[in-house]
This record gives sequence, C-alpha cells and structure tokens, in this order.
Amino acid sequence: MNLQFTRFTLSNGLELIVKENHFAQSVVVRGYIPGGANLDTANQAGRASFAAQAMRRGAGRRTFAEINEAVEAVGASVYVNAGRHTVGFGGKSLAEDFSLLVEILSDILQAPTFPPAEIEKLRGQIITSLQEDEDDTRSVAQRLFRELLYGPDHPYGRPVDGTLTTVPRLTRDDLLTFYRRLHPHGGAVVVVGDIQPQAVYEALEQTLAGWRPDQPPPADDLPPVSPPATAVRQVRAMPQKSQADLVLGWIGPSRQADDYYAALVADTILGHLGLGGRIGRTVRDEHGMAYYARSALYGGPGPGPWFVYAGVNPAGLDRAVELILEETRRFRESPVTGQELEDAQSFLTGVLPLQMESNEGVASTLLDMHLYNLGDDFITRYPALIRGVTVDDVQAVAQKYLSEEWYALSIAGPVNS
Amino acid sequence: MTQPEVIEYTLNNGLKVLLKPIHTAPVVSSWIWYRVGGRNEVPGKTGISHWVEHMMFKGTPTFPKGTIMLEVNRNGGVLNGFTGQDYTAYFEILPADRLDLALRIESDRMANSVFDPQEVASERTVIISEREGNENNPEWALYEEVMATAFRVHPYGHMVIGWKDDLHNITRDDLYHHYKMYYGPHNAVLIVVGDIDVPRVQARVEELFGPIPAGPPPPPVQVKEPPQQSERRLVLRKPGTAAYFHAAYHACAGTDDDAYAMLMLEAVLSGASFGGGVATHRSARLYKALVETEIAAHVSAHFQPSIDPAPIHFSGVVRAGRTLAEFEAALEREITRLLEEPPTEAELNRVKKQTRAQFAYTIERVSNQAQWLGYMEMLGDWRYFDTYADRLAAVTPADVQRVAQKYLRPENRTVGWFEPRNDRDEG
Repeated sequence: MNLQFTRFTLSNGLELIVKENHFAQSVVVRGYIPGGANLDTANQAGRASFAAQAMRRGAGRRTFAEINEAVEAVGASVYVNAGRHTVGFGGKSLAEDFSLLVEILSDILQAPTFPPAEIEKLRGQIITSLQEDEDDTRSVAQRLFRELLYGPDHPYGRPVDGTLTTVPRLTRDDLLTFYRRLHPHGGAVVVVGDIQPQAVYEALEQTLAGWRPDQPPPADDLPPVSPPATAVRQVRAMPQKSQADLVLGWIGPSRQADDYYAALVADTILGHLGLGGRIGRTVRDEHGMAYYARSALYGGPGPGPWFVYAGVNPAGLDRAVELILEETRRFRESPVTGQELEDAQSFLTGVLPLQMESNEGVASTLLDMHLYNLGDDFITRYPALIRGVTVDDVQAVAQKYLSEEWYALSIAGPVNS
Repeated sequence: MTQPEVIEYTLNNGLKVLLKPIHTAPVVSSWIWYRVGGRNEVPGKTGISHWVEHMMFKGTPTFPKGTIMLEVNRNGGVLNGFTGQDYTAYFEILPADRLDLALRIESDRMANSVFDPQEVASERTVIISEREGNENNPEWALYEEVMATAFRVHPYGHMVIGWKDDLHNITRDDLYHHYKMYYGPHNAVLIVVGDIDVPRVQARVEELFGPIPAGPPPPPVQVKEPPQQSERRLVLRKPGTAAYFHAAYHACAGTDDDAYAMLMLEAVLSGASFGGGVATHRSARLYKALVETEIAAHVSAHFQPSIDPAPIHFSGVVRAGRTLAEFEAALEREITRLLEEPPTEAELNRVKKQTRAQFAYTIERVSNQAQWLGYMEMLGDWRYFDTYADRLAAVTPADVQRVAQKYLRPENRTVGWFEPRNDRDEG
C-alpha cells in the first residue's frame, strides 16, 4: 500500500501534512503540540487536561457558547485534549465549512481567553466525572494498576485527568502557565479530505504563522521508570458491585523501541486474535469466567504498560488470576507456533486497508508517523516490519517484558481488600 | 457525489439480498440481519436472542469452535455480532478480495450451528458476567428499572441481555429451538456494500445461501402496550458517587409519520444524532438549560426508531452539589417551553444542516452504509435510509410542537431517580 501526501512547514515550525481524498465530502484535522501531563507535578495532576479543555471554552472574540453555536450550526466538531506527552487538537467538517474550522482552531490555539466562569463550570464537570470514575470498577482498577506499576511519583503513575484532591485546587494561573509553555515547534497538523494541499497550506500559514510563543518548546524529559521488585497487588473493595475488574501487567516497550513490532505481534497472539487471543480462549471460551478478557499494549513516546484485563464474578477471581499467570508463564517458556505467528502477521498487515478507509484512520496514521518519526515510507515498509518478526523474537519480548519475577495486579469490585 | 444504486432481490427461499457496489477503497462489508431480538421474547426466556447470538460464534461442523473469528482475523478482517430489541445482526469487514469467507461463514451458521451442551454451559457464565458488568453501572441499572416500569406487557420492558433468573434457567434446547425458529433465509436480509463485482457476488450468494431451506414463518409479535394512564415514578437507592436521572415518555413506532418530528424534537433539545462521530449537543436547548447553568454534568434526549412504539428518553447526571429535583425542574421547564411554543425555523434549519453533515460523514464508510441499510430494513424498508434526510427536512416547527403536545404529557411518563447512598456515612 502506498500513501501519497504533501508536507509543508509553517514559518513558526509547525509541520503540515495534507492528504487529498476527493471521494469524501468531509475534512478531518488532527494535530498535536509537544507538552502534556508529563509537565504536571504530582500536586498538579490533571492540570494539562484541565488547561487543554479550557482552551476551547472561549477564544478570540468568541465565548464558549459562540464557539459551540458556530461549529455545531454546520455539523462540525472541534476538540482539544491533553495526553501524557502532547496536547492534541483537531476537528471535522464538510469541505465547504473548512475555513470556519481553521479559523476556530486557530483562535483556540493562539488566543484562548480562559474565562474564569467557564473554568469553574468545567471544573465542576471534571469533578463529577472523576466521582463517576470512583464508582466504576474498571476505571478504579486501571488507576490502581498505574499507581502500582509506575509509582505515584512518576508521571505515568498518575491519571491524566487528575484526582479529586488535585483538580479542586488548580487555579486559573496554573492553567495559563501550562498553556504558555505550548509551542508549535515540534508539533504537526494533518488535514485529510476533499481539499487542495496548497490552499490548506496558505490558509494555515495565514492564520497560524503568527503563533510564536516567547518561551522555547518544553523539554520532554521523562524520569526513568522503576518497576516493582516483586509481585505487588492492590484491592479496592466496592461491595455494592456485581462484578470485579482486574488488571495484571508489566511495563512494555515504547513505540520507538527496536522490539516494538515483536511486542505488537506477541500482544496480538496473547490477547487479541479471535476472541481475545490465548487469554480470551482460556478465561472466556474454555472456563466461561468473563465477558471480556484480553490484553493491551500501549507503546507511546515512553515505556507504556502492557497488561491483561478482565471483568469477572468475584467467586472466580482467584482462579482467573491463576489462569492469566499460567498463560503468561506459558507464553514466556514455550515458543508460539508458526501458525499463531502467521495468523498474527496476516491480521496486522491485512487489516491496514480497513484502518485507512476513513479520513480519520488516514489522519491518525499520518500523525503517528510524525509523532514517532516513522518515516514517510512507513506504510510501504510496515508489512515487512511485521513479517520480519520471528517466533524467537516473540519469545524474546515475552521474556524481556512479561517478567516472571514481578507483576502488578489491581482489583476493584465486591471483594475484601 | 451521487450514491450508487442498491441492487435488491430475493432468493427463492426468501432470503432478501441488498448489494451496493462502492469502489472508493479496497474494502467490503458484509452483514446479515435476522428479524429477531428482545421483542420476540416471552417471560421466562428473556435474553434468549442475545444468547443465541453468542452461540453463533461457538462453531459449526465446517467452522469449529474458535475458528470463525480467527479465520476472519487471519484474512485481515474484523467481525462481530449484536442483538437489539428488533434484530440480531452479524457483520464482517474485510479486504475486498476476501468477501467469500464472510459469505461462507454466514451461510454456514445460518443453518449449522451446533449448540454443544458444554459450550452452552460455559457461555451461560459468560453472559451472566456480561450482565453483572452492566449491573455495575448505575445508569444502566436505572435504565433497566425505568423500562421495566414503563412497559407492563410489551417485551421492550426488559433489557436485551435478559433477567438474571432467566439466564440461569434457559436450557440448551430452548436456545436451539429459538435458533431454528428465527434463523433461516425466510427471516433474514443479507447486505453487502463495498468494492464488489456484482454478478460474481450474486452467483456466490445463490450457491451458498440458495440451498438453505426456508422454515415456517416465525410467530408474529402481537402484544401491544396499553396506553399509560398515570405517571409512574421510582427511586433507585444504591451505593454510588453521583445522582442520575432518567425519564421515558411513550411515543411512536419508527414507521409512524410522527417519528421524523420526534427525531427533530430530540435534535432541538440535544442535537442531531445521525452519527458520523460528531456531537452537536452543546448548542442545543438542554445543554444550555442544564449544563451551562451547572445543574447537570451531562444531559440528553434520545429517540430510537423501532418496530413497535418506543419511548423518547431524557437522561443525565446531576452535577456534584446539585439535586435531582433541580435537574427535573430544569428539564420540565424546557419541555413546557416546547409545549407552549414551537421551535424557530432557524433552530430546525440548524438541525437539518447538522443532519446533512452527519449523513455525509456516515456514508464515507462502507460498513456504516451497510449497517444503516440493515437497520432501516428491519424497521420496514431500507429505502428509509435514502429518504431520511429529506423526510427530516420536511418537518415543520408546528409538527414538533404537535408531537410534543401529543407525547410529552406527565401521565405518559415514567420518571426514575438514582440516589447515591454513601454506605460509609451510614456506618
């Protein structure tokens, strides 16, 4: 598969990548700038996320309500959010409304007004949402797992959305301080749809090139991770619930690690192929213990988690943990079969045309190519990267990452803590 | 861009086929829809349609257990199934040259799923686990309670997953009987949209599905919900951290002329909802009246067209520090406003443009097109998909006010409150 696109650099350093698709009436914009929750201290957890959402709450001459009116009147959308390393932004509209989308995104990025009343409204919504998460077994288990895995002092150990302790204390100044550190240099914006590249370039250069913050872009210096030395386990008793959620896992490779593709293939075999890979086959299909039981590999700019998760009846909890540990032990100790490897490779390469069917899928792929420096010919090389993974490579990543000495296990549900 | 035509025909055994060639991407989406769901279930056997859907992944003699999903994955595709009140649907999305696999799987499991007793036993606990996962969610628990109260006789009153006791009691033979009664060419629609060669697909469909014998027509659903005579209210008190509101007003069937006006009413209150990955609720009335005023963290109106008359829903989460009574009063004011004066032309024009944009986004994916054609066909006619935007565009402000006055009456509603109880406070 070949992916033709046009690349520009705006005069303020922001990279622009444009892909024409005249089969669709829509235009999709996806972009990022460096700096996210990694810039928050433990006491400020949630600051990046709060600030990014607040950017949309009034910008340029428009209030929050006016932004909503303008965007929604034409069936478009605009978003800003914070990830662990970046602030993401973008939107979607009909091609005929693209100039409105550019105008509003440009205001949000360059001229957010952070109205105090809007900040308080947003704060209340975030707090309600965090309270809802506290009552959700899956959210609680995920949060506990990150704390155990990375420790509360590491940015990866904290929730991007913050906590019920930190969010009430964040001030408007905190949000402004975060915003002022954002810089277009090092970021990129991808535009896909029924548009002409040169016209997109001219429109963005005109509206965004004036965005030149005084401060240099923030450094992305992630502290080293120090995994637990032994198996660690944390349980949150939620007696009102019917089902318990568990997360059991390790620290995996970053997206740019040499063995990332081996881990991707391994994860596909462990917890995806068919009905949740080996994990799903054992826990769901053979033992009937769970509606969902699978694995996930995050990758990302730093060493993200690699874990198994499941929702199980509390009576079967210990058995489910045993089964998951047995499966991961088997995964370390015995090589996968040639057939499993072939199946995973065929899936990961074959599914590409499906991912690239929509403008969103193309935009996300192009943005990842930029963020992780994968090269312009990534899509062409991708099948060989996946096909190059061997049975030995899969076992090597299993042994390297899915440690037998330690793991982190979190449980939330109707169980005793 | 003009859309390609749908090719519609019916095999001798009754299988309806819809084909739509679209060559913009090397992708194909194949769907099979059965006219069976929660709506076809009787007391004691609730959840049986959904359970049959699970069993359709448990194997046939040709595709033994575990191979159906794996075969599709190893061909670079994805598949799934889902059960609603009015239908059960299965789909595959594949690289265009792999369509044959989807047709082989669906024609095979239309007649040959084995329902091994051991597999039934292990799936019983999986489905109970699925239900328990839902029960963990207070919004779901409130929704189940409201629907069970709003409906006294019609099966829409139970959740598609079914009551837990029924899930303990349904037998392998119950499931197999249900499968044989509803699965067959006479009760199904096959839809293929994407990069296809129509004559070749037609030939394969005939070869694979043509020999499957038609069964007797399934029993019609004749039960009708009697008109509601008085307001019903309930309070669900459980441990939790937030308060939730859910009201359901009985409304009309999806094929009723009122349905389009109801969709416009929903859109005026909480944005057009045709999909396409774009939310349009923040400039709509309820967001302004409940979220902007800091009474609610979320609020929405929702009307889902269905075969039999179904409610319009109003639901949301109360903001920390505010009360359910404040939420309900603010919602009531917005409903009263619609009863007293029609929405403006400008509001309706907004919603029409929103719908046009959402429609354009939706048709960009072949699987979305196939899904919408199938859903509309389950309601009565796939052509509703083509006329949907025009029918909405024909709705007037007076129509919206008229359906508001007709359905949004207090005696026609069931109001549910979820009041969180803090067990630690109660010691």
